[in-house]
Amino acid sequence: MRRAVILACAALLGACTPPVARNTGVYLLLDTSGTYRAELRKAEDVILYTLARLEPADAFAVARIDTGSFSEKDIIAKTTFDERPSTANAQKRVFAQRVQDFIARSNSSQYTDITGGLLQAVEFLNEKQTGRKTILIFSDLEQDLEEGYMRDIPVPFQGFEVVALNVVKLRKDNYDPREYMARLEQWKAQVEKGGGKWRVVNDLDRLDGLL
Amino acid sequence: MSMNVLLAITPWPAVSAVIWVVVLVAILYLARHTAHQAIRTATGAISRGLRLAAHSMAHAELRLAERNRDVLLAAGLEAKERIVEREFARVGETVRKDLANYPHLHRALSEAIGRIEEDHQNAVEVPPEAPGWVRAVETVSKLDARNGGSDVLADIHKSLVKAHKEAMDAYRKASSERHELLRGMMPRWRDVQQVLTEVNKKVESLLSRSVTIDRHMQEYEDIVKGQDKAVSILSSSSLVHFFVSAMVLLVALGGAAINFSLIARPMAEMVGGTSFIGVFKTADIAALVIIMVEISMGLFLMESLRITRLFPVIGALPDKMRVRMIWITFCILLLLASIEAGLAYMREVLLQDELATSALLRGTEAVVENEFLWITTAAQMGMGFILPFALVFVAIPLETFVNSLRTVLGLIGIGVLRAFALVLRVSGNGMRHLGTLAERLYDLPLFVPLWLETRLAANGRASHGPVEDLREVTP
Repeated sequence: MRRAVILACAALLGACTPPVARNTGVYLLLDTSGTYRAELRKAEDVILYTLARLEPADAFAVARIDTGSFSEKDIIAKTTFDERPSTANAQKRVFAQRVQDFIARSNSSQYTDITGGLLQAVEFLNEKQTGRKTILIFSDLEQDLEEGYMRDIPVPFQGFEVVALNVVKLRKDNYDPREYMARLEQWKAQVEKGGGKWRVVNDLDRLDGLL
Repeated sequence: MSMNVLLAITPWPAVSAVIWVVVLVAILYLARHTAHQAIRTATGAISRGLRLAAHSMAHAELRLAERNRDVLLAAGLEAKERIVEREFARVGETVRKDLANYPHLHRALSEAIGRIEEDHQNAVEVPPEAPGWVRAVETVSKLDARNGGSDVLADIHKSLVKAHKEAMDAYRKASSERHELLRGMMPRWRDVQQVLTEVNKKVESLLSRSVTIDRHMQEYEDIVKGQDKAVSILSSSSLVHFFVSAMVLLVALGGAAINFSLIARPMAEMVGGTSFIGVFKTADIAALVIIMVEISMGLFLMESLRITRLFPVIGALPDKMRVRMIWITFCILLLLASIEAGLAYMREVLLQDELATSALLRGTEAVVENEFLWITTAAQMGMGFILPFALVFVAIPLETFVNSLRTVLGLIGIGVLRAFALVLRVSGNGMRHLGTLAERLYDLPLFVPLWLETRLAANGRASHGPVEDLREVTP
């Protein structure tokens, strides 16, 4: 009898423990600089795929990378899906429409502030307090800062997974592939130094393991 | 102390080894009696302990078997009581329904017989009138013909013929009436026969029921007496009931699983699709709770209807309260079934919505409108409505399962205890023989001193040889 009471109390205590967040937060950074803007159609597929995979209560935001990306103004669309599946579906449809509208009318930016975008992504996802945090970077990873922008700062990536998507080779990379390798290695080092996980996915036809 | 040191007591290792062996054998020989005693005591103690444990197990097995027998007999008694009670109820119902009409039947029979008697009386043949003419004719015939006797005779003859004709007509008419009456009796005879056949059928039904009751009463008496045959029959019945009810419960479990899949998805719309209790989704738990509540209501309904007897409190309630409970549980079940039908409909709507969204996100064409979609929707709704009522009947196999489980667990327990007892007994005997074997193994390196001892003993016996020999040959 006593054992049963103890077990019941333990079960009650277990049920009263604070809930663990099981939802997913995804922040997608879209590079709109220079020639990379032509790749945005592919980005649309990635966004739609991500939307299809996300569940109710998940959070999703799509932001552009431009001259100064550490700004809420660069967020194209953001939402936290409702807990009810039907409402979440409606939100997904609205979100998809907003992204498609942006891709249709977007302009290319002069500079590429990837670090600012990452900082913004970390801030957004930390604020959402999701159980799993993923930052998708749809870019060639070539950072080009305008004079006056200070981005030589450590980014806290603890608990984050950063996935670089469609990292295309630049013309200069063809002359010296070491530059491409060095660029990837530099970002990997930066993310891992901040405590995060780094991954590169260039085959956009096989996105099964993306999320 | 290493082996090298031991072998260095003499300059020759072989000699050292021999010396050590001799010393060791001597020590072992001197300690032989004590060592044997120690081995015997140790193995004997272990053997006795194991045998004691085996005895205890066997005793526990007997007690469990006795308890199992009591449980079986009690269950058998209860089952037989229910059967006999039901048979008596049927007999009572037959008597009430059929034999309550007996006075009416008797009156109908008496009336029919009375009418037949009356008709029979009326149909009796009236004897023909005795002829009163014969003497007058004789007298007239003796008269002289001249006195006009012949004329009189002719008149008489004429009158006779006329009277005969009239009598014949009257007779025919009377016969015809009698035949009519007899013909009219036929349907009454049939009525009587029909009534009697009916009575016979009912009486025979009662007789056959009484034979069944007699058989059940005989079995009941066997159980009360605790006869082995009755216990054996009950035991095998219990096993059959266990397996059959387990199979039906598995089928019911399948039904519950389908029911769960019907309502779990739309439940997310009500309680949210992302909240968790422990490691389980709240929506899943809510769906499961609804199904469990339905099964509970089914149990209560069956109890209130006195079909099952899992809760004696419900069975013992006053009839008025019981009927109220039947209606309340039925209404709750109806509500839950309606909710499930609604959820099943919502499931289909959600599915379509999700398909449309997925199609949009994949960039493919919108989902083609299926004109037969209403069939699956209606089928889902129907299943959602029917399954809660179907799950009500889970109470019957559940009761059988619970009742037979006691016996089956008892039988398994008896088997396990018997196996343990056997293993312990075999181990106990094995330990005793192991002790003997250990003694022999101890003696193995001592074969030289033992051989010498035997020889010395033989020489000693040789000195008293004749006496020993005589002892041996004495029968």
